[in-house]
Amino acid sequence: MKKFKFPSEEWIKAFKEELNKNEAYAEAAKDWEGDFLFIVTPDEGLDKEMVFYVDLWHGKCRDVYMVLNREAKTAEFVYEGPYSNWKKLIMGQLDPIQSLLMRKFKLKGNMAKIMRYTKAASELVKTASKVPTEFI
Amino acid sequence: MWEFTSPKSIVFGEGALEYLKEIEGKKALIVTDKVIRRLGFAEKAASYLRNAGLNLEIFDEVEAEPSKETVIKCAEHARLFEPDWIVGLGGGSCIDAAKASWVLYERPDVRIDEISPLLNLGLRKKARFVAIPTTSGTGSEATWAIVITDVRDRRKIELASKELVADIVILDPQLPMTMPKRLVADTGVDALVNALEAYLSQWRNCFSDVLAINAVQAVFKYLPRSYSNSQDWEAKENMHYAATMAGLAFSNSQICMAHAMGHALGALFKIPHGRSVAAVLTFALEYMAKEAMERLRALTEAVGIEAETDEEALKKFIQALKRLLRDVDEPTSIKELGISWENLQSELDNLVERALGSTGTVASPRVPTAEDYRKLFVYAFEGKAIDF
Repeated sequence: MKKFKFPSEEWIKAFKEELNKNEAYAEAAKDWEGDFLFIVTPDEGLDKEMVFYVDLWHGKCRDVYMVLNREAKTAEFVYEGPYSNWKKLIMGQLDPIQSLLMRKFKLKGNMAKIMRYTKAASELVKTASKVPTEFI
Repeated sequence: MWEFTSPKSIVFGEGALEYLKEIEGKKALIVTDKVIRRLGFAEKAASYLRNAGLNLEIFDEVEAEPSKETVIKCAEHARLFEPDWIVGLGGGSCIDAAKASWVLYERPDVRIDEISPLLNLGLRKKARFVAIPTTSGTGSEATWAIVITDVRDRRKIELASKELVADIVILDPQLPMTMPKRLVADTGVDALVNALEAYLSQWRNCFSDVLAINAVQAVFKYLPRSYSNSQDWEAKENMHYAATMAGLAFSNSQICMAHAMGHALGALFKIPHGRSVAAVLTFALEYMAKEAMERLRALTEAVGIEAETDEEALKKFIQALKRLLRDVDEPTSIKELGISWENLQSELDNLVERALGSTGTVASPRVPTAEDYRKLFVYAFEGKAIDF
């Protein structure tokens, strides 16, 4: 099975494909309108900040791509954490919501909006663990 | 990594309310309702606080299942009075309203629905918080959660912040002695569901487990007694402590899907929380059992039920729960809440949407899909055993 290097453009494309197969996400996010920046901050072998743009619309992922830096693109929500925690998250070693509560990741944006989509948020992050991933 | 958060101090036992005489400060705002005021509890608390040298004001306009509007009104009251203590006195509604008003008083720039564990509120710059429950069930006095009703949107808003945990909790078993029988049952079942779901949650931990199991055992033992005999002091005292234990447990693990379904039902059909979670409890447990059998087996043993197999344990535990619910005249299906089939059908999409969006869904040991929720509401209406 082909593995996708994280973080990379090919990884975020594979994530999009996986998310669009996730029926639980599609149902839970059917009314969702909003985009994200996923930011991977450097540590443990990653020496440069990497930023993904993820556009989510009515239960589907419309578009994803890497952006040059966090200032290059604005999004309604920003989900940010160090590379080592992204690695644990993708490997299913961190619960997505618990890791937010313990400040292993930061989420910026309208919390009132996102708190009504907790299952969608959980499915969104769980999808990352379904992408066959090779780490740096 | 996980964290157990609890009130700084829990003062308990007969006469614990007098602890208010020890409070140091200048002004206290008591947040309560008209029933508690009529019963004289608010004046009694106020007299102890006056004794401690504090100026007092009482806001007694909290309604059952408090609305955003009430919270905003109470916060406005606080802004004018400028208390350095907020005292939530009453059932879960009063304590939740007090917590939410406290946030808005300290942070006028924050909207109610923005309160979340990810927002640094910076509380306690203006006031500290005392929680004094007069019912034995919600556990709100011990939690960092708030449930407020959005009347316009017919939705319960589940809010949380670790900063909301009370500085002082006062558990005086004299206070719930006057609870009407119906309230004894509704709140007691709330404590039971809090404890059961805390034990089943994906986020359970060794600290929440101990409190949850103790609370479940206490409810099985004392709730029927507390319900049938208004003078059973031992039962009422133990139920009062069990409710706080259950609150501490679920506050540090999570609620699960019985709460998700109960909150949806409660908001759409205006049903008290205890009754709405009672009506769906056994169906939610049967559904979760597929992924939580070991845990359910432990709960079964904890309440003294012997069983040879998992299937037998689940069957006997569900039977025991139904018996307990019937003993205290609580519903064991949605139909028993007085909701018609037509009304359920007309609200089914809304029920599913609200349950899916509840925080109770994400930590359930088995996470329902929309289709599963749809079937669960139908099965829970008909009183049909879960077979999927």
